[in-house]
Amino acid sequence: MLTMSHFLLVSAALFSVGVAGVLSRKNLFIVFLSIELMLNAVNLSFVTFARFLGQLDGQIFTFLVMAVAAAEAAIGLAIVILLFKNKESLSVDDFKLMKE
Amino acid sequence: MEPTAFQTGLQSVLFGILSLVAVVGALVTITRRHPLPAALSLVVTFIGLAGLYALLSAPLLAVLQILVYAGAIMALVVFVIMLLNVQEQDLPINENVGKSVSLALAAIAPVFLIFWAVLGKLPGDQTLANTPVPADFGTIEVLGKFLYTNYLFAFESVAILLTVALVGVVILAKRRI
Repeated sequence: MLTMSHFLLVSAALFSVGVAGVLSRKNLFIVFLSIELMLNAVNLSFVTFARFLGQLDGQIFTFLVMAVAAAEAAIGLAIVILLFKNKESLSVDDFKLMKE
Repeated sequence: MEPTAFQTGLQSVLFGILSLVAVVGALVTITRRHPLPAALSLVVTFIGLAGLYALLSAPLLAVLQILVYAGAIMALVVFVIMLLNVQEQDLPINENVGKSVSLALAAIAPVFLIFWAVLGKLPGDQTLANTPVPADFGTIEVLGKFLYTNYLFAFESVAILLTVALVGVVILAKRRI
């Protein structure tokens, strides 16, 4: 029998994998994809609560998160292209101008 | 309409397959060296998530997940990776992927286990079978009406945000207009 916990557990697992990706990887693209993964994990939680509470609000939030993720992807990828053009590198270690 | 024992069993099997696909796809994503296979396995994760949305009576979101996420956003990501023509020498040098990823997973594991313990305390008597929702729950008609009445302001804000984002991208990409 499928309960709320089953779906929330999958959501937690996906979010943890996303956090691990952001923390450990040096590749700009992989960090970006991990952020997308975390957004989707939260979306799954929203849809789960919407289903088990019988209210549509959660699905609306997911809908809005998708739209914001599209905007974020467009801006983020434009920034990645500019970074790559400037430094010919995809490593986050090469972008520490503010730290020096 | 009460679901039959066969239907609930089928739901459990589908849940197992789809969640396995989603989690394995996610793990493959963060362990690839080159971004292209990572992006493609993230698409697999998104397709698994779309199936989970369909299980959770959200047909519109399941379709949007495939069309917008797996379709549009990931196509954009793959397009950019191809456009930059990422070669082996462009990747971060001496990055020990296996070691760093497993260390990060080990660091995040206690948080996940705490979450698992908390989930065990949730009331477990609410199942998909005994909390029925209306047959039109999450369809485009019901969701659309709900969006345009209760969340009109949020919807319009997102529309403005998308416009601003697109103008911002053009300004970023094209320095002299």
